[in-house]
Amino acid sequence: MKYILMMNANKANWDAYAKWSKKDLEANVAFMRAFSKELKQEGVFVATEGLGWPEQAKIVRAGKDGEPVTDGVFPESKEFLAGYWIIDVESPEQAYGIAARASAAPGPGGMRGSMPIEVRQVMSSFSDLGL
Amino acid sequence: MTERPRDVPIERLLRELTPQVLGTVVRRFRDFAAAEDAVQEASIAAALQWPRDGVPDNPRAWLTQVAFRRMADHIRNESARRLRESELAHEAALTTESTGIETTPQEDDTLILLFMCCHPALTPASAIALTLRAIGGLTTAEIAHAFLVPETTMAQRISRAKQSIKSSGIRFQLPTTAERTQRLRAVLHVLYLIFNEGYTSSVGRNLRRDDLSHEAMRLAGIVHNLEPGDTEVAGLLALMLLTDARRLARTNAEGELISLAEQDRALWDRQQIADGIALLSATLPRGLVGPYQLQAAIAAVHDEAARAEDTDWPQILALYDLLRRMSDNPMVMLNHAIAVAMVQGPTKGLELLDALNSDAHLVDHHRLDAVRAHLLELAGDHKDAVRHYRAAAAKTGSLPERNYLLTQAARLSSKLQLGNEQE
Repeated sequence: MKYILMMNANKANWDAYAKWSKKDLEANVAFMRAFSKELKQEGVFVATEGLGWPEQAKIVRAGKDGEPVTDGVFPESKEFLAGYWIIDVESPEQAYGIAARASAAPGPGGMRGSMPIEVRQVMSSFSDLGL
Repeated sequence: MTERPRDVPIERLLRELTPQVLGTVVRRFRDFAAAEDAVQEASIAAALQWPRDGVPDNPRAWLTQVAFRRMADHIRNESARRLRESELAHEAALTTESTGIETTPQEDDTLILLFMCCHPALTPASAIALTLRAIGGLTTAEIAHAFLVPETTMAQRISRAKQSIKSSGIRFQLPTTAERTQRLRAVLHVLYLIFNEGYTSSVGRNLRRDDLSHEAMRLAGIVHNLEPGDTEVAGLLALMLLTDARRLARTNAEGELISLAEQDRALWDRQQIADGIALLSATLPRGLVGPYQLQAAIAAVHDEAARAEDTDWPQILALYDLLRRMSDNPMVMLNHAIAVAMVQGPTKGLELLDALNSDAHLVDHHRLDAVRAHLLELAGDHKDAVRHYRAAAAKTGSLPERNYLLTQAARLSSKLQLGNEQE
């Protein structure tokens, strides 16, 4: 079964990240790179992407004639998706274990992190209703 | 990676020869992991060359010779990396140059390979991938495609599975008589999972997923030929035939699920049903009745009913009563409750479901809610049925199931509203 592991962060989190030291940023980037590599070696990797800065985020709605109407003003507390991994594993517990490893990515001062990772099942086309 | 050319007879021939050639190479070199790679490379070489140059007179010998050469290269590289040249590499090099290669497959090779690939030391996902490659002769790209993961991920999964076999010291030999029954069950379980992966995927028109069920049936057929006396092997093959016979009817053109009661039975494959029933009937006078035989018998009862309302539910109930005694699978308990409802009325079925509420495996399972919703609907309690259809929809991990369950809830809900307006 496939799961998506999502890193979400609000504006304050993003601003704080932008102020990390060079060493801390490098450690974090190195961790992310190694983590994806581990997932590949473990045979569970499906996909990963990092997303653009929230300053570029827009909410788009269809206007009266279907034309795009954009809004870029958000409350400070709004959480933005920063990046995600999609993994293919054999149980939800295995997905939680991998999410915990992502959560522990090193933070400022090289301290082990504990960032929240949202884990959601990716819907499959598999059916066991017995039809 | 490029796909193999779609030359069907050659592709079929290669798949048939794969386990036979692999058996010979493993016997000769005693290194399953490297032999499996060598045979896959030989098979890819054949898929490229044969359509162009023609199929050789003795395709098995051709494949074996190419695989032997790859093994010799592998050993030469390995030994260069480690010590220098080992005697084995020298010997191997000599062997490939001579023409008298022993290519006659040993009868038990395919079975031994199946026992290795489905070893209980492997996780189901690893066993499935390895079985499809080593026995099914599928390429890594094809397996990755069927499971919708990148090819590198599937390659890694296969390589780790082979590593597990190596490190757990599993030998290339048949299990002892004491172990045999249990190990054969493990093989059947893996084939069952492969079948299900293909069959229960609702993208029924997607050829690649269909291939998995057909591949599972082909492999079950091979095991049945090797173990014609085993009634559970025959039972599994019959179950697959009898279930797959309904394939075209279980989804509509949009891939939406259609319940058994609503299916257009004219679309069921009558020949496959006849084959399944013949196979099952041949096993019944012989020996033990096992879970696969019972499930096949239940599938046969459904298949024999010309209309849903003609279904012989008392017989299905009797079969579930037997099955329930051999299996603590909660899905069996759920299906048993449905059969009870059909024979003794929905209230009796619902009482059984209440007893299942405490089952740790089922309490969060969407299927408990789905079955409860169905029985509540039969009992005329549409309001609670809607609630449980929606609860099931919220819990399922399957998109077609969610759509199906929400549609059921919407259908009943609009009936309720109509009823209210009329009052």
